[in-house]
Amino acid sequence: MSMATEALTGGFSDAPRQSARAFRAALEAMARPGSTYVLQEMGDAPAPVSRAAATLLLVLCDPETPLHLAGDYDTEALRGWVTFHTGAPLLSADKAMFVLGSWRALDLSALSLGTAEYPDRSATVIVDGAFNGVDVALRGPGIKDVTQSRLPEVAVFQDNAAQFPLGLDFYFTSGAKLSALPRSTKVTLGGDV
Amino acid sequence: MNAYNFAYLDEQTKRMIRRALLKGMAIPGYQVPFASREMPMPYGWGTGGVQVSAAVMTPEDCFKVIDQGADDTTNAVSIRRFFQATAGVAVTEKTAEATVIQTRHRIPERDLVEGQILVYQVPIPEPLRFLEPSEVETRKMHALEEYGLMHVKLYEDIARHGDISTSYAYPVKVEGRYVMDPSPIPKFDNPKLSMAAIQLFGAGREQRIYALPPYTEVVSLDFEDYPFQAGRADHDCDLCGADNSYLDEVITDDAGGRMFVCSDTDFCSERREAGHVGALGVEAVA
Repeated sequence: MSMATEALTGGFSDAPRQSARAFRAALEAMARPGSTYVLQEMGDAPAPVSRAAATLLLVLCDPETPLHLAGDYDTEALRGWVTFHTGAPLLSADKAMFVLGSWRALDLSALSLGTAEYPDRSATVIVDGAFNGVDVALRGPGIKDVTQSRLPEVAVFQDNAAQFPLGLDFYFTSGAKLSALPRSTKVTLGGDV
Repeated sequence: MNAYNFAYLDEQTKRMIRRALLKGMAIPGYQVPFASREMPMPYGWGTGGVQVSAAVMTPEDCFKVIDQGADDTTNAVSIRRFFQATAGVAVTEKTAEATVIQTRHRIPERDLVEGQILVYQVPIPEPLRFLEPSEVETRKMHALEEYGLMHVKLYEDIARHGDISTSYAYPVKVEGRYVMDPSPIPKFDNPKLSMAAIQLFGAGREQRIYALPPYTEVVSLDFEDYPFQAGRADHDCDLCGADNSYLDEVITDDAGGRMFVCSDTDFCSERREAGHVGALGVEAVA
């Protein structure tokens, strides 16, 4: 498929209903950190974007949400797809409300953490693709006692949680799978409870 | 139904509300500003709750609306019909069958479960508003965790009335950080705020959204020597005999006659169908 037509395909065919279902999964995921949800009806963006990540972009991004494409996700094809389907302005990391990239390519230090009076004005990071992670135990809002999960690292997320109520919120996407880690979750190393 | 987009609101408005809901979920108890829309009903009739419900609703949902616990009041009926007309969703009066429940001023008696969403209509989202009228100041107070004023208010209750007389919209602290207004639910419902379901709060006129993820720690403010007490009328339901539900006092004549009935109509009718009869009740017709 040529680059021009690739940018035009992969959107929702019935946006109101499909985005409602996808958002519901995204909401449940953010409400229950570490739980994995499998999306049914998905968008399709140019490689290397997973279909779950493409769906999140369709559901959450529009001309009001600056988006940063990190590392090898910053391709001409993806820029064209994002612009056609969402209209989101593509900006540098420090101005972004949403950030998309693989874990290796992400530079979290540049991202907005929100302010003391408006902690909601922080970036949401979509970590796309599989990663070689470590076993972690998660505690906090949305989790009954403790839950097991895997994260790419530990220290980064501990530092992020330590800044609460400031901080970044994460989605992890791979294939059709989606999970989340808000700033409110406390992360400890090791699978044992 | 084809005259409207699914669930009434346009997609860009829903995206804006959805982003606010996700940030609210990530910062439990914090009030996220959102660009509240004009709805085809007056402010004070649950426009905040309606917008939140519209943003989370899927075609497969089963929707329930309660007003002070009742499914059959004007407000509840009109909001339920609104979503029947604009989203084509199934509706119910049974708490157990509903996936999305919009509520004004009550938490259902039946424990909610994972997969359910409780949407609150909120008149004044800022718990400090009646103590400090300036939004600039209250925002600063939340940022600095400066909640002494709220404890002074509760203390003044004790000094004046002998105990904490605040009986509804009783302030809570969420995960040891934000003081939050649970909307004007009776304080009887406060202990239920830590639950398995997702709780979303929408204030339309005040343009604020906030949220409680499942199992969030929610503590009602109190003092060591005046611990929080969830009060209810010292009576049994006169229709179903329940001794553990929140009761409404209903005046029945102009000669002092009155009765106490469950405010949660679904809870009460389920009990009556199961054969429970209160002091003034009649046997359910089989």
